[in-house]
Amino acid sequence: MSAPHIPILRQGRIHKSLDVQTVPKLGTDQAAAEISFACADMIKYDLHKMGSARAALKKFSCQELVEITKKAGEIFLNDALPVGTEGAMQSPEDYVLSLASTSGLPHALIRMNMKRLGGIFADIDTIFRGLTRGLDWAVLDKGYGEQGGAPVSFSATTNELAVILPSNSPAVNALWIPAIAMKVPVLLKPGREEPWTPWRIIQAFIKAGAPAEAFSLYPTQHDGSGTIIRRAGRVMLFGDDSTVKQYENDERIEVHGTGYSKILIGEDEIDHWEKYLDTIVESVSANSGRSCICTSTIVVPRHGDAIATAVAKRLAEIKPLAQDDPNAKLSGFANPMFAEWINDAVEKGIKSGGAVDVTAQFREGERFHQRDGMNYLQPTLIRVNSFDQELAIREFLFPFASVVECPQAEMLDKIGYSLVVTAVTKDIEWINRLFDCPHIDRLNIGNVPTNRIKWDQPHEGNLFEFLYSRRSFQIAEIA
Amino acid sequence: MTADEAKAQLDERVREMMSWHFSDETGCPFWLDWKKGAGWDPREEVKTYEDIVKFPHFQDEWLRDEKNERFVPNAYKGRPFNVFETGGTTGLPKQRVGWDDYKHDYEQFSHGLSDEFFPKGGNWIMVGPTGPRRLRLAVEHLANFRGGSCYHVDCDPRWVKKVIARKAYEEAERYQAHVMEQAVEIIKHRDIKCIFTTPRLLASIGERISISSHGIKGCFCGGTSMTPEYVRFLQEEVLEDKAQFVPTYGNTLMGLAVSVPEELKANNYSVTYYAPQPRAVLRIVDAEKTEITKGYGEYGRVELTTLTHEFFMPRFLERDEAIRREPHAKYPWDGVGDVRPFGALTGKVIEGVY
Repeated sequence: MSAPHIPILRQGRIHKSLDVQTVPKLGTDQAAAEISFACADMIKYDLHKMGSARAALKKFSCQELVEITKKAGEIFLNDALPVGTEGAMQSPEDYVLSLASTSGLPHALIRMNMKRLGGIFADIDTIFRGLTRGLDWAVLDKGYGEQGGAPVSFSATTNELAVILPSNSPAVNALWIPAIAMKVPVLLKPGREEPWTPWRIIQAFIKAGAPAEAFSLYPTQHDGSGTIIRRAGRVMLFGDDSTVKQYENDERIEVHGTGYSKILIGEDEIDHWEKYLDTIVESVSANSGRSCICTSTIVVPRHGDAIATAVAKRLAEIKPLAQDDPNAKLSGFANPMFAEWINDAVEKGIKSGGAVDVTAQFREGERFHQRDGMNYLQPTLIRVNSFDQELAIREFLFPFASVVECPQAEMLDKIGYSLVVTAVTKDIEWINRLFDCPHIDRLNIGNVPTNRIKWDQPHEGNLFEFLYSRRSFQIAEIA
Repeated sequence: MTADEAKAQLDERVREMMSWHFSDETGCPFWLDWKKGAGWDPREEVKTYEDIVKFPHFQDEWLRDEKNERFVPNAYKGRPFNVFETGGTTGLPKQRVGWDDYKHDYEQFSHGLSDEFFPKGGNWIMVGPTGPRRLRLAVEHLANFRGGSCYHVDCDPRWVKKVIARKAYEEAERYQAHVMEQAVEIIKHRDIKCIFTTPRLLASIGERISISSHGIKGCFCGGTSMTPEYVRFLQEEVLEDKAQFVPTYGNTLMGLAVSVPEELKANNYSVTYYAPQPRAVLRIVDAEKTEITKGYGEYGRVELTTLTHEFFMPRFLERDEAIRREPHAKYPWDGVGDVRPFGALTGKVIEGVY
C-alpha cells in the first residue's frame, strides 16, 4: 500500500491541506503517511460551528449511540476501513503494520492495545452507567428525569470534547470514545507519529452509523494545539507536572499528567512477597511501561534488596526483539533522541548516589540499545536507599521502577500523588487509611496489577462530569 | 517590457544612483564619508546591478546608531523629513528618513490594483500598526490617490511581542479583541470598500463578521509570512471568495513587493512577490556565501537593495528566506516565493504576532 494521505476532518468533511508533512517509516527514508496540517485560524473558525456537530449527534438517542458504539468496536477490530483520501482500504493487519512503522510499537503490543480499545467499545453501556452512577440514558435525551427518586437535569458543558493526543500509546484513545454515546462531538489533534488510531476509530464509528459531523481531526502545529487548548469548551491533554500545574485552575481543561503509580506491600504480607512478583512485573512492564498506570515505585517495609533482585531478573528477560516477533514487549522510540535523554536522566540519578541499577547484572548489553534502526531502553529496576533519592519517584516512557523501603506507618506520608496505588494488605485499619488518603486517585486493594483498570470508574476525572453539569430545575404543572 | 529591457532599466538605475549618492552635491554625509573610507569610487566601479556585490551588506544597526541627518542627501538639505521606524521592541528603534518615496511606491502599487475589487473613490480602513510607521501614511495616501478616505485602527506590535514573549496568551487575545472591537464597529457603520490589514487581524475580523457582506471588495495584506494553506484559508474562507486577497511583502526599507492575486488559485496559493524594480531589488542568496545567487526554485536568504534618490541601501539581508522564482510577464524580473522567517525550520522565531 502506498503512503496514504491523512486529511483534516472538519466535522467529518475531508479537507486536503496545502501544508503537507511526511511521516517516515522509522529507521528508513520511506514515507508511511502524508499528513495534512491545519492552520490555527481554521480551527478557530471551525470551533464556532461545533453547535451543528452536536445537533447532529442529538438527533440520536443515547440508546442508539450506545448500540452504534458497540457496533463500531466490532468494526474497528475486524473490518477493512477507508484510510486516507484516495479510496484505499486498511485491514486490521494493515493498521498494525502502519502504526508499528511510525510509532516503534511491537505488533504484539499494538494488538493488545486494539483489544483494550475493543473492550471500551464493547463495555460502553457499563462505562456509561458507571460514570453517570446509573443514570437512565433517557434523561440525556429528554434533558431531565429522575435518578434515585430525585429530579435531575443535565446540560452539556460544551459542544466539543477536544483531545490533544500523544504519539506514544494508542490506548489513550479510550478516553474519548465514550463521549460519542454521551452526545458530545470530538475534536482530535493526533500525535505526529500516530494519526492511525484516531482515524480508524472515527471511520469505524461512521461505518457503524454515527454522524460524520461528530468527528473533527486536526493534525496541526504548536499554534494550532494552543488554539484548541485556549478555545475549545472542554479539553483533554497529556503532559508533565508543569502542564498539570499550568492548567490546574482551568475547569475546561483536564490534564493527564505523570501517573507516579505505585505498589505498596503491607507489613502483614511482606514476608510472602514472592506471591506478588508476577503482579509487580506486569505492573512495571505492561504496554512497554508507557502508561501512567504502570508502576514506577515499589514501596516495601523490608526485603527491599531481595525484591529488587527478583523483579530485576524478571524484567531483564524483556528484551528488544524484532517488531513482528510475537514475544516482543518492548517498544522502540519514535523520536530517537528521547531514548538518549531518558537514559542520561537515569544515569544522572544513579551517579548522584544512593541508587543501584539492579537490572544491570542480568540484562544483555547496556540499557540504551539500538536495533533495526531504532533506539530502545531496556527495562531498569533501581534500588534506592530512600524516598529522597531522585530516582525514587520518577516515571519514564519505558519499563522503569524503583524499590524503596519504608515503614508501613510512614508510607502514605511519603508516596505523594499517585494515579494508581495497589496496596497488598489485609490490614483493615491500614486499608481505611488508604481509602482516606487524598493523594491516591485509583486504589486497588490486594493482588491487582496497577495497569488493569476498569473504565466504568473515573480515570483522572469523570468524563460525564467533565462534559455535563447538573442543573436545578422545576416544571410547573400546566392545567 | 521584456526581461532584457527590465535588466537594462535596472542597470541604468544603478548608474544613476551611484552618481547621485556618491556625488558631493547630491549624496548624503553617511555615504560620502563611507566612500572616503572605502578607498574606491562606486561611480567608477559599479556600472550594473551585478556590481552591487562590491558593496558590503548594509547593516540596519546603522539606522539606529547614526544620526538621521547623516542620511539626508545634500540635494534634500533644508527640507524637513519624515521619520519612519522599523522593528524594535526595546531601546532606540531603527529609523529611516524619507520624503516622497512612500507616495511613489504606493502610487506604483495602485496602478496594479484591480478597479473591480479596489474601486476608485471607495473608502479604506487600515487595521494594523500605525504610530511611527511608514505604512500609516502610505495606506492613507493610497486611499487618497484612488479617490477615497482612510479610517485607521491602531495596533501596537511591539507590545504584542512582549506579551507573547512572556507567554501571556490570554492577554494577547484580549488586546486583539480590543483592536477588533474598534475595527468591526467602523466596518459595520461606515461605507468601506477596501481594507489593509495583516493576515492574522484579517482572520480575526472574519471571525466576528462577514467581511464581504459588509461591502469590502478588496483586501491588501502584508506584514507576516503566509503558507499557501493560510493564503487559501484567507481567500476562500475568511473572504468567502467574494473579495480579492492581495498579499504583499514589504517593509519600511524597501517599499512594496507585489504579487499577482488573480493567479493565486492557479498557483495553489503559493505566493510570489516581485520587488518594485528598479526602485528596489530582491535577490535570493546563499546564506553562507551571500555573493552567490541561488538557482530558480531554490530556497535562500532574501537580500534587498534599495535604489531611490532618497535612500540607498545595498545588499541588506532580510530576516526572511524564500524561493527564487522566474520573472513574470507582468513583472519581468526575479520573484521571491513562499517567504518564511529565516531559519524557520531550525530555530524559534516570534513572527506573525498581529
